[in-house]
Amino acid sequence: MAHVADTVENAIATPDKEQPYGALGLKPDEYAKIREILGRRPTSGELAMYSVMWSEHCSYKSSKIYLRQFGKKVSPKMKEHLMVGMGENAGVVDIGEGWAVTFKVESHNHPSYIEPFQGAATGVGGIVRDIISMGARPVAVMDQLRFGAVENPDTARVVHGVVGGISFYGNCLGLPNIGGETYFDAVYQGNPLVNALAVGVLRHEDLHLANASGVGNKVVLFGARTGGDGIGGASILASDSFDKTGPTKRPAVQVGDPFAEKVLIECCLELYKNELVEGIQDLGAAGISCATSELASNGDGGMFVELDNVLLRDPTLTAEEILMSESQERMMAVVKPEKLDAFMAVVNKWDVETSVLGEVTDTGRLVIHHGGEEIVNVDPRTVAIDGPVYERPVAYPSWIDELNTKTAAVLPRATDGAGLKEQFLELVASPNLADKSLITDQYDYYVMGNTALAFPDDAGMIRVDEESGLGFSIATDANGRYCQLDPYEGARLALAEAFRNVAVSGATPMAVTDCLNFGSPEDPEVMWQFSRAVEGLADACLEMEIPVTGGNVSFYNQTGSNAIHPTPVVGVLGVIDDVARRIPSAWQDEGQHIYLLGVTREELDGSAWANTIHQHLGGRPPQVDLGREMELASLLRGASLESLLGSAHDLSDGGLAQALAESVVRFGVGARVWLDDIIDRDGVDATNALFSESTGRVIVSVPREDDVKFQGLCDARKYPVLRIGVTTGVGSDATLEVQGQFTVSVTEIRERSAATLPKYFG
Amino acid sequence: MPTIVVEVMPKAELLDPAGKAVAGALARLGHTSFTNVRIGKRFELTVEGPVTDATLAQAQTIAEEILSNQVIEDVTAVFEAK
Repeated sequence: MAHVADTVENAIATPDKEQPYGALGLKPDEYAKIREILGRRPTSGELAMYSVMWSEHCSYKSSKIYLRQFGKKVSPKMKEHLMVGMGENAGVVDIGEGWAVTFKVESHNHPSYIEPFQGAATGVGGIVRDIISMGARPVAVMDQLRFGAVENPDTARVVHGVVGGISFYGNCLGLPNIGGETYFDAVYQGNPLVNALAVGVLRHEDLHLANASGVGNKVVLFGARTGGDGIGGASILASDSFDKTGPTKRPAVQVGDPFAEKVLIECCLELYKNELVEGIQDLGAAGISCATSELASNGDGGMFVELDNVLLRDPTLTAEEILMSESQERMMAVVKPEKLDAFMAVVNKWDVETSVLGEVTDTGRLVIHHGGEEIVNVDPRTVAIDGPVYERPVAYPSWIDELNTKTAAVLPRATDGAGLKEQFLELVASPNLADKSLITDQYDYYVMGNTALAFPDDAGMIRVDEESGLGFSIATDANGRYCQLDPYEGARLALAEAFRNVAVSGATPMAVTDCLNFGSPEDPEVMWQFSRAVEGLADACLEMEIPVTGGNVSFYNQTGSNAIHPTPVVGVLGVIDDVARRIPSAWQDEGQHIYLLGVTREELDGSAWANTIHQHLGGRPPQVDLGREMELASLLRGASLESLLGSAHDLSDGGLAQALAESVVRFGVGARVWLDDIIDRDGVDATNALFSESTGRVIVSVPREDDVKFQGLCDARKYPVLRIGVTTGVGSDATLEVQGQFTVSVTEIRERSAATLPKYFG
Repeated sequence: MPTIVVEVMPKAELLDPAGKAVAGALARLGHTSFTNVRIGKRFELTVEGPVTDATLAQAQTIAEEILSNQVIEDVTAVFEAK
């Protein structure tokens, strides 16, 4: 398009010029507000900046009033290890010995539906840059994936692209992918969720923040050149629902280059080591608009930028496009003038293209020139921080009471051992419980040599200090089915499960990140779900005294009037003083005693059993007692300190049955288990003993010589415990025997579990 | 045998990492007169019988729906090889 820059002067002279704010995703009242802030109409460049920065994706305008709870519901203990909390690129947690860990999960849902490979790949790239910008070296990634029904042909397209994109980008970067989740449900058809989590490690003194301070300091853009990628990705794509006819907003995707990102990581780490940057920010959604306005807002308040200095891949880009481009692998730094030569020496060494765009000022204005004319002159806080805040209408869903009455308790159950066996195998082979190695085998998970645990363990674990063995463990969880039944309880359940998964690895849970995936905020019933989920998570975090350090909200995961199940992905980070003390997730030796910790209730509502056997969703999600979860975690930690456990495995989807299946399949060591004691003590039937999803439960295996000590530990802490079995033979004739019910060979369980994904995606 | 050629290029506005790598390599090898490289794909479809407008149209459809990813690539040419 032929283009004449719209200057501030021109904007003053032509107040009545029609502006395409609607096409940029702004509402009429938002446009009016911009005019009011500026006291004139915005220039086209300013309009571009406001439109991307005031988008739902960047401004959190619908979620802000709820997210404030995470800042308010905190206790002194929650702040104890928190070095950086919400609001920065990623939270930072002190893990001791002078080390800190930074981690965050973010969504890349919409681009990953339109262009699964590049969408998922750039999702990994984006979250990794958030970690770099905190001053940390990225050490691991994880992905939380939700796809449509396995049998729908479009699901295969998305699965192949997404998994290929994640493995391509992560493997090229040389980062281990240590865990995550993959679920299939028709509610995600057309709205797959691709959440990416990254973790980085730093020494306390290496912490960097995104602010532009020090008048006269230089503003430097470095990394890839700016091109026409993903223009409007944040404002148009991630902030609106797909319409029923399918994706039409095609150009708003980006293409990533992991090799450029790898160089950028090393380059940034060398810049930090030589203390050459004052502030740093990665360029993600909203590109230069976001980086300049956020850096300026968080610093001395002013910045001058010469847009002509941006190195372009495509010289025909207009000023507005340069401001909005979401080209990948770019960073913006604030550098003292006297350090600029040293800065340039480092970037030149790494062959990273760099240009000085301007400098920090104390004018309180973000001023951008292009072609010698002033095209932007705004208060950066009005762009980055004081965006619109909406209190969207909230409505109690008309359908939820009826859904809550449809309990799974009335569904027909197996009447004998043969029936239970059939259901057991059906669950093992169901897409959500089946072996995921078709996906996870495409990822590197031992690269860098510090991976202590990875899939299919309950949590991923990385060694941080090679001398002391200090490490961290991470697990993520979100059960959309529970959240559909009750978003408040669902969010608490997600935290409880992620917390438990970290605890069973032997680590102590320390901090939380979340990625809240919901439908359209313009739907009052979705907004109710969101408000309840946030409240549930904030309350639960306060109760467990574990802080939310950062995260992301993804709205508009909806096609027409069909929203996804509320899916608040919760990631919990834990610390372990020596990864050698980690607890494996499955038994490896025969003759160990198997114990079930916790109580089993009649809780089949929302379960994998109800879903797989009866295609049923209704009733109330399982009860969760967070105090009990904390006692359980503390018990596991005590047992791990004394090395009493051969293994520990969390009970969640699929209940005891699935935990047993995973435990025997992992190392091929069979087990003989009896349900009678569970049935007698807890007053449940065999179906519930096997398939109930009651919380606060873990199975552990204990070597005989530690049996007395372990029982003593449980008695002292008054945690309910039952001996339910013993590990048996190893080898091709290994079996899982559920006494009085059925016996099934470990080989058959493995084969059934491993056959499902290849059948659809092989 | 008659052949139809289909050429597919990455969309002009999107990054082409492979092309960028080659451009960098050319510069390092001293070939400084080239400022940019973009790498696309060429398909050769062998046709049963003569190439007609119908087969060309069919090739165009295949090119757009199967041989290229329209989100990030453009079909730049479909023609009969001489």
